[in-house]
Amino acid sequence: MSIDSMFVHKMWDDHELAKMVDGGVPFPMLSDAGGKVGKLFGVYNEGAGVENRGRFIIDPDGVIQGYEVLTPPVGRNVMESLRQVQAFQLVRKTKGAEATPSGWRPGKLTLKPGPELVGNVWKAWKTDMAFE
Amino acid sequence: MAEEQPVGCARPTGGPVGEAVPETAANEPSAPIKEEMQMIHVGEKAPDFVAPGYQQGKFINVKLSDYLGKWVLLCFYPGDFTFV
Repeated sequence: MSIDSMFVHKMWDDHELAKMVDGGVPFPMLSDAGGKVGKLFGVYNEGAGVENRGRFIIDPDGVIQGYEVLTPPVGRNVMESLRQVQAFQLVRKTKGAEATPSGWRPGKLTLKPGPELVGNVWKAWKTDMAFE
Repeated sequence: MAEEQPVGCARPTGGPVGEAVPETAANEPSAPIKEEMQMIHVGEKAPDFVAPGYQQGKFINVKLSDYLGKWVLLCFYPGDFTFV
């Protein structure tokens, strides 16, 4: 979503993005003229008249589970966004019985919060695992 | 979900995703929307909105609450034809 009209979105998709992605962008490119929605989400930059680089993870109940907002010159890490979605999906699937420690990726160790884990995380999880 | 429709403008619907819109908001669609920065909190429902857009050759209207039941990544960016 940006302040550009859907007509500009079409031209951008046709003339540039389709050259990067086969068939063009598959998902909706939304138009937020005047930044009305951006203001609602706190990402509209009044001075510049554009949206900052905000990214919101919204779960199936419509609840915001996480967000990240960057100023325009630095791009996002798409893989990190996907990793976070996968982590929230696991937590939701286990109804909170499992939690994902720092550096978690699918397939890696999860933690099962409970009385026996208090003070014992160091036995189950090593600092190096945050950097793997 | 996102059907092809005549062109409109993006607007907040006046309530959180999946919840009833307060009556005043529902009955007065032309009432000025309060334009102030709001605080977004994790763990709380996203504010609902409708917005026009473009997808795969069609102009569409998207309502955030139509995506209830799915995971959504909502991304804002400064502008088309920019560099990052």
